[in-house]
Amino acid sequence: MVDLRTELAGLRLRNPTMLASGFLDETGGSLVRVHRAGAGAVVTKSIGPEPREGYANPTVVEIDGGLLNAVGLPNPGIEAFVPELEEALAAKALVIGSVYGKDAAEYALVAGRMAEAGAAAIEMNLSCPHAKGLGTEIAQSEEAVREFTRAVKDAVDVPVFPKLSPNVADIASFAVAAERGGADGIVAINTVKAMSIAPELRMPVLANRYGGLSGPAIRPIGVRAVYDIYEKVDIPVIGVGGVDSGHAALEYIMAGARAVQIGTALVDQGLGVFERVTKEMGFLLEDIGFKGVAEAVGVAHE
Amino acid sequence: MSRMQVVPLLELVKESHHTTTYRFRADLGGAAGQFIMVWIPGHDELPMALSYLGPVKGITVHAYGDATRAMQAFRPGDRIGVRGPYGNTFRLEGEKVLAVAGGTGMASVIAAIEAFAQQGAEVTTAVGARTAEELLFVDRASASGEVHVSTDDGSRGFHGFVPSLAERLLEKHKFDQILTCGPEKMMKLMVDLANKRGIKVQASVERYMKCGIGICDACAFDDRLVCVDGPVFAGPALAASRDFGAYRRTKDGRRIEL
Repeated sequence: MVDLRTELAGLRLRNPTMLASGFLDETGGSLVRVHRAGAGAVVTKSIGPEPREGYANPTVVEIDGGLLNAVGLPNPGIEAFVPELEEALAAKALVIGSVYGKDAAEYALVAGRMAEAGAAAIEMNLSCPHAKGLGTEIAQSEEAVREFTRAVKDAVDVPVFPKLSPNVADIASFAVAAERGGADGIVAINTVKAMSIAPELRMPVLANRYGGLSGPAIRPIGVRAVYDIYEKVDIPVIGVGGVDSGHAALEYIMAGARAVQIGTALVDQGLGVFERVTKEMGFLLEDIGFKGVAEAVGVAHE
Repeated sequence: MSRMQVVPLLELVKESHHTTTYRFRADLGGAAGQFIMVWIPGHDELPMALSYLGPVKGITVHAYGDATRAMQAFRPGDRIGVRGPYGNTFRLEGEKVLAVAGGTGMASVIAAIEAFAQQGAEVTTAVGARTAEELLFVDRASASGEVHVSTDDGSRGFHGFVPSLAERLLEKHKFDQILTCGPEKMMKLMVDLANKRGIKVQASVERYMKCGIGICDACAFDDRLVCVDGPVFAGPALAASRDFGAYRRTKDGRRIEL
């Protein structure tokens, strides 16, 4: 029997599948369902200091090979979210709190409250387009990534995992910046900036015009990013982008990830995707001669 | 996955001063109770029940918000985006069926009324509205069985709310299945009535939606999602629900009283 357990900065996961942020993770009831469906850990919707409605619809477009979305960070704000988090924790889910803010202090504030309420780790959503004074996403300034990571690290005692954007020339240098800021792990990748146009109407479909692409279409980009990051940092990497099978998960694992996040595959496969991917990883690892996930991490570099 | 199709409107039918049916051809299936996401370009994208199945589909829209009011200016040839169909269906089980609809809720149940009649069930419809002019699909329902009408102002039929009319029908006749759609407080009354009498009941629930495909968590209803686990929920689930008739989620995800 293949050992599917994995470990991330002291967090012990029963298997390497995690729920990606932005999917079924705004309410306690949904987080509990995903936990019961077999996810090794669940990441919450990105939560900020205040309630936020997000963008107008259309916010999601189904396209070949994935999903394009611009939901605009809707969330109930950290105070209203705490009871939802507590509901998930009461069901013994391993919960990682995703946070965003307009400046480092807001990130630290929300992360602090999230950790205090029981989140096992903090994921930093750095692709927030509303950051004050940067004129761009935090994720596109190495200095900001380091500073914001440092601010969150100083605010909490749990592991901190910045989630990096692929919309940069050299993602590995951002991972290095995050590691210098004290990050305990790296999540890669966030969505790829993209657009879909309705020719009949001569306009972009998303109300926000631009959106983030997820799903199998971006998997090779994610695998390459994880591969590059693994070469440059010593902290664990969590792979995300188009994982929809055990085979896809192992691409990330062999590129250097110790766990993978799953989101878009929920559309076609539903909640069964976590158990299916985990089982497939087990069969495939056994078939190719591995005793566990841990020994497969990064083997594509050898 | 189901791709969005941008399609021209073929026909518009004014049902009342605030409600219009929009007909269009789209290459999507669709069964009674299912909904589609409708893109009103430049305004919004909203979940809407299919009020007509078959090759020329229909949606029946009450103009109450910015986007639905903008739709009132639409003419044949104007285009909308549609994707779906999404969600579950009314289960067509039962020989003696009572359909209870309030206001635009009739748009969700009319396809089920017709489907039940087509398979030989005896369908009785109780349809209510604020006033006679706003009654929806009375003729269509009449073609599928007996119809009873209520209006809040007494301008036509029973003077009062449709659950009171339905209760009278339940006292006089035997039914083995109840379908309902309308304002949630109205549906709650109907579901309680049905559960008390031990009659199977299905209600079509509405919540704010973003994705329609079971990922964004905007339409959370207890620990279920209206878009994929619903919109039709059965009596036992509704009786056990903490949210039904009591709570909804705001656009930012906070749980508030209805």
